[in-house]
Amino acid sequence: MSKPRSAVPGFAIAIAVLIAGLLLALTVGRYPVGLGELMSVLYAKVTGHVADVSPAVESVILQVRGPRVMAAMLVGAALAVAGTAFQGLFRNPLVSPDILGASSGAALGAVLGIYLSLGVFAIQTIAFLGGLIAVGVVYVIGASVRSRDPILVLVLTGVVVGSLFGAGVGLVKYLADPYNQLPAMTFWLLGSLSATGVRDLLPLFGPVAAGAAVLVALRWRMNVMSLPEEEARALGVATGPLRIAIVAAATLVTSASVATAGIIGWVGLVVPHLARSLVGPDFARLLPAAAILGGGYLLLIDTLARTMAQVEIPLGILTAVIGTPFFIWLLTSVQKNWS
Amino acid sequence: MILEGRQLTIGYQDRVVGAGLNVKLENGEVLALLGPNGGGKTTLLKTLLGLLSPKAGEVRLDGAALASRTVRERARLIAYVPQTHIATFAFSVEAVVLMGRTAHGDLFARPTSQDRRVAATMLDRLGIAQLAQRPYTMISGGERQLVLLARALAQEPQFIVLDEPTANLDFGNQGKVMREIRALASSGLGVLFTTHDPNHALRAADRAYLLRDGERLAEGPVKQILTRERLEALYGASVQMITDAAGTAFIPG
Repeated sequence: MSKPRSAVPGFAIAIAVLIAGLLLALTVGRYPVGLGELMSVLYAKVTGHVADVSPAVESVILQVRGPRVMAAMLVGAALAVAGTAFQGLFRNPLVSPDILGASSGAALGAVLGIYLSLGVFAIQTIAFLGGLIAVGVVYVIGASVRSRDPILVLVLTGVVVGSLFGAGVGLVKYLADPYNQLPAMTFWLLGSLSATGVRDLLPLFGPVAAGAAVLVALRWRMNVMSLPEEEARALGVATGPLRIAIVAAATLVTSASVATAGIIGWVGLVVPHLARSLVGPDFARLLPAAAILGGGYLLLIDTLARTMAQVEIPLGILTAVIGTPFFIWLLTSVQKNWS
Repeated sequence: MILEGRQLTIGYQDRVVGAGLNVKLENGEVLALLGPNGGGKTTLLKTLLGLLSPKAGEVRLDGAALASRTVRERARLIAYVPQTHIATFAFSVEAVVLMGRTAHGDLFARPTSQDRRVAATMLDRLGIAQLAQRPYTMISGGERQLVLLARALAQEPQFIVLDEPTANLDFGNQGKVMREIRALASSGLGVLFTTHDPNHALRAADRAYLLRDGERLAEGPVKQILTRERLEALYGASVQMITDAAGTAFIPG
């Protein structure tokens, strides 16, 4: 037998993107930092020495950009991993974490939190619950509709429930105080990492790590789940419970990142596809590759968002500008092979 | 070991496809399921596989109800070769065959080196070892059918159920699949397949089961069951029979 395709070049590219994203994100900005300064600060941090750079540089790297860089990596990785899981589960490379209503549910939760003038942590919790509730509603409705194509029913239900939650968001925005609350809501709905601090990292990291761990543990079963339902069952996979586990894990990951960074669309669609072209469709390789690439991708986007204009551009707008043409290109080449 | 359907009423949520069906398949035997389109062949197949619950009656495997076994236990006893389809993702042929090993590992298992050996053996057995690293999406329909057969063999089952295994194949590959089916039975497996070609049943099967409008028309040894009259009744069309020293063949009239 010939040798299996090596995943090394693909991972090398993904890691190169991540490193490039990291270096750019830490050095570029209103307060430029040299590569040498960055290295000495990081070296000092690791070894415990005192860095021989100005305190301002150290503070920019560690206090201002550091948490934001960590958050961008985590959110990008989370959305990419969730998108990878959903695409496999729905046997469709055109779906993304938004389809089951996770994003719109989390959005409604968050704007409600802002409307009720709750604290940051409470807003995150409600956003997270909103995402889980939306997916739960979608799932219960999808499961009670008798159909020979449960996947299609689930996707359509996701669209419908998502638009209902979207109407809820509209209502809350309409009722909100237009001077204090509405700008915050609008800003949050467009996606941003500008307000991310150290205290946001743990509530983001915990759920993302837990959800990703479940998905990684199920990686071989997820390969089989990308076959038609009956085939997967004939191969010995209990598709019903497994689908619930995968959807729950991917929703957890999505909601946590939406709660932190607002709605950043398209990452979960674009990155899994790029990762698949780098390392192939096997989830054992695809999940880590998507996570690495997603982290690097969002770092690059976030760096672009805060440097390309006088004011920060919302992340969701940039990802849409890149994602929409990508989606159209994907759609036109849909009959070709998904390698 | 025996796979048996007793007094089955088969169908979907809202409609009954067939009733009063008794089917029996033993190890080492090939049963061909023949009948017109929409007659209930695929529904019966899926019921025997446990993919559809019977609306009445019971499927029994090795003396116990099939429904009492877990999905994973079933997959180690019965393998399913579906009609070929275009896969969504470009898994390698080897990965597709390795998926046949899923039921031999637990929930979090990855394929082991033992699984890889079994997959390689099955690819070799069907003469497609050279395809192992090709993407499943990039091979021909005939090759895909053989890959799905290799996947079923990798399950190391007692029974193999094939849904129209020759439907997308060229003439040469049809012969190859028929020979494989015979070889599977010789190695002790029970094989059930559906086909639109009575000649395939004559060639590869021990017994034939004729199904029309969800009812059993006839069942028994192929040579006795497959006559011109019965086939005309089965398909509602005229059939010609050609006989020479080598045997018998039917052609649609």
